[in-house]
Amino acid sequence: MSAIFQQEGSVLMIHLPADVDHPVSDEIRKESDRIIANVYIRTMIFDFEKTGFMDSSGIGLLMGRYRALGMRQGCIRAVQVNSHIDKLLHLSGVHRYIEIQRSEGEGKI
Amino acid sequence: MENTNEMTLIFDSRPVNEGLARITAASFCTQLNPTLEEVADLKTAVSEAVTNCIIHGYEGEIHKIRMDLRRKGQELFVDITDQGVGIADVKKAMEPLYTTKPEKERSGMGFTFMEAFMDEVTVDSTVGVGTSVHMKKTIRR
Repeated sequence: MSAIFQQEGSVLMIHLPADVDHPVSDEIRKESDRIIANVYIRTMIFDFEKTGFMDSSGIGLLMGRYRALGMRQGCIRAVQVNSHIDKLLHLSGVHRYIEIQRSEGEGKI
Repeated sequence: MENTNEMTLIFDSRPVNEGLARITAASFCTQLNPTLEEVADLKTAVSEAVTNCIIHGYEGEIHKIRMDLRRKGQELFVDITDQGVGIADVKKAMEPLYTTKPEKERSGMGFTFMEAFMDEVTVDSTVGVGTSVHMKKTIRR
């Protein structure tokens, strides 16, 4: 399963797949960089609704896109984040740079 | 003896096999009756160790990675071994945010995540011989 990209004006929404690991992160990096090179993107929203697994390659992906968008506050948002992903975002310190919105009905992962 | 079990998985250092390794570890772990959170933690730790073998140990070349899983009571032992380049300074490699490959957008959080999600992590490495990561996690319930 791969990611789905949705662009609306200067906002790029990326619906992430169930597993965000090293090969998946590489794929999303390439496609999002291709879009950024062609269209002006101000905000990138990573939707974790379907994501149950992530590792440090996902952290590299988020920080890399934060740099690609000029390190502006609020340029990267992570939405529908479950407790495991939220733990990764905090442990890595990425939560200081990106906006995080937890998924509703937490408690289950 | 009861409550002990072990298995070994040997696979090519291809990124697609990261999924195979972590799902195998998660499946093996189910006999300890873990919580979903414990399974998620284990999968991330295994993924980090295997990614390290692929990217750093073998630097993209295709060779074998070995994963040994062992259960003793409620303790789970995971050893992940490559015969790659080895790590000259293990202490440095384990520091948060330290990476030798920033251009590949590696976050430098691999060992930090392994240490955060497992109870014990030790690394044996010899330059030119390879690296072995030993991890232990006690499944609480």
